[in-house]
Amino acid sequence: MRASSLVIVLAASSLIGCEREERTFRETPPSTTPTAVRVSALQPGTPADTTHTVNPYERNAYAQSEGQRLFGWYNCSGCHANGGGGMGPALMDDEWIYGSAPEQIYTTIVEGRPNGMPSFAGRIPSYQVWQLVTYVRSLSGLTPSAGRSARVEHMMIYPGSQSLQKAEKPKWSFTPPAAVQP
Amino acid sequence: MIGRGGPDFQHVLHPAGPQAARIAHLGWFAFVVAATVWVITVSVLLWAIARARRRERADEPVPADGERRMTWGVAFGIGASAVILLVFLGYDLVVGRTLSPVPSAHPLTIEVNGHQWWWEVQYADTAVHDRFTTANEIHIPVGEPVLFVLTAQDVIHSIWAPNLGGKKDLIPGYTTSVWFQADTPGVYRAQCAEFCGVQHAKMALFIVAESRAQFNRWAIQQRQPAAKPADSVAGHGYEVFVTSSCVMCHNLEGTTAGSHAGPDLTHLASRRTIAAGTLPNTRGNLAGWIVDPQRIKPGSHMPPNMLEPKDLDALLTYLQSLK
Repeated sequence: MRASSLVIVLAASSLIGCEREERTFRETPPSTTPTAVRVSALQPGTPADTTHTVNPYERNAYAQSEGQRLFGWYNCSGCHANGGGGMGPALMDDEWIYGSAPEQIYTTIVEGRPNGMPSFAGRIPSYQVWQLVTYVRSLSGLTPSAGRSARVEHMMIYPGSQSLQKAEKPKWSFTPPAAVQP
Repeated sequence: MIGRGGPDFQHVLHPAGPQAARIAHLGWFAFVVAATVWVITVSVLLWAIARARRRERADEPVPADGERRMTWGVAFGIGASAVILLVFLGYDLVVGRTLSPVPSAHPLTIEVNGHQWWWEVQYADTAVHDRFTTANEIHIPVGEPVLFVLTAQDVIHSIWAPNLGGKKDLIPGYTTSVWFQADTPGVYRAQCAEFCGVQHAKMALFIVAESRAQFNRWAIQQRQPAAKPADSVAGHGYEVFVTSSCVMCHNLEGTTAGSHAGPDLTHLASRRTIAAGTLPNTRGNLAGWIVDPQRIKPGSHMPPNMLEPKDLDALLTYLQSLK
């Protein structure tokens, strides 16, 4: 009885661990191009689809840290700083001009946005865009803490995944925006 | 082997410079002394065993003061060991002290920045506009001390060229230095000597020691901006480069490609190898590397590039023109 429950616990924890630490060198991105991405919540009549693309990288610590590396390499930080914003809008707050859902951020990166956001279509492979999406969402705590790095030296309003840091209260007192929001 | 300059291109026992020679002498000295001590110790042991068996067969009684008679032998052994170890220590310190200061007031200075998993190399000793950047291949003039200023971008790496010298760690956010001098012209392989991630083994560097005249010619060539495309195929290759993901990480001096996240490709075709000493720099290898780098170096930060065959062909023609 004891042994079997131990086996179950071990099996369950190994499954959780796998997802967080999984590394695939040849990435198969969740979806290469999201279709019909709405950037506005306003729809004529009854709002139709409110579901968003699920980004499976969100539980993966490796993909997220890769996103962080690329955020620096591709000079996102040139305008957004390390999430605090500068020439471009801040990414660690709860204000999203073009939406905070994974496919909305994906579209923002790939297509660009008026007044300064460049279009990276054809320049960044889609799996790397999804990694960037994961990192950008982690900046404002929209990704599960299990996948977040505990060793971030930049400003973070949400603590990382390790218990010591988790014990700290977030410095800003706002409720994290719901996953589904325009 | 790749870019092999001779049979001794990566060999601690074939020193090509003064530091490696001094360290090799130290190594040989330690080996000869240790071997002599070992032979003597084993001979004495065998002699003692043989004598004991002879006594046993002859039923001779063990002498009453047997242990005490060993006092001089043991004292001699301890004394000799202490002296030998002190000699080792002294010799080691002398070698270390002669190797640490650069024997020149204005040596050629090369900044090496370790990345996962390649080496960024900047020639820094001349005027600012004469600085130039290359990767994974260092040319040095023969017979001159060369100072290497080392740092790292991501994790700790270590540079080791067995024929010349090292190892010295490359540490993020910190600068270390080491100097080498090559007295024999040749191509020497250096290797990252500090485990730095999945592709640590494929993080090599080639040091080309050549005459001062050859070195100067090479340096003048390296300071030039990237060669202009010579024909329409190369021109199309250039277009492919600056409009695809290449441009996100690589620099081509004198063009709109100006990122320094990956190796500088301004003079890619002048280098012997690609992917940090992993493959000879041939058209086929380059094509394989561009299309699917994860097959050659799994975990490398270079993403796969799904190019149309026509585009890839033009890109290869352009890259191979970057002498």
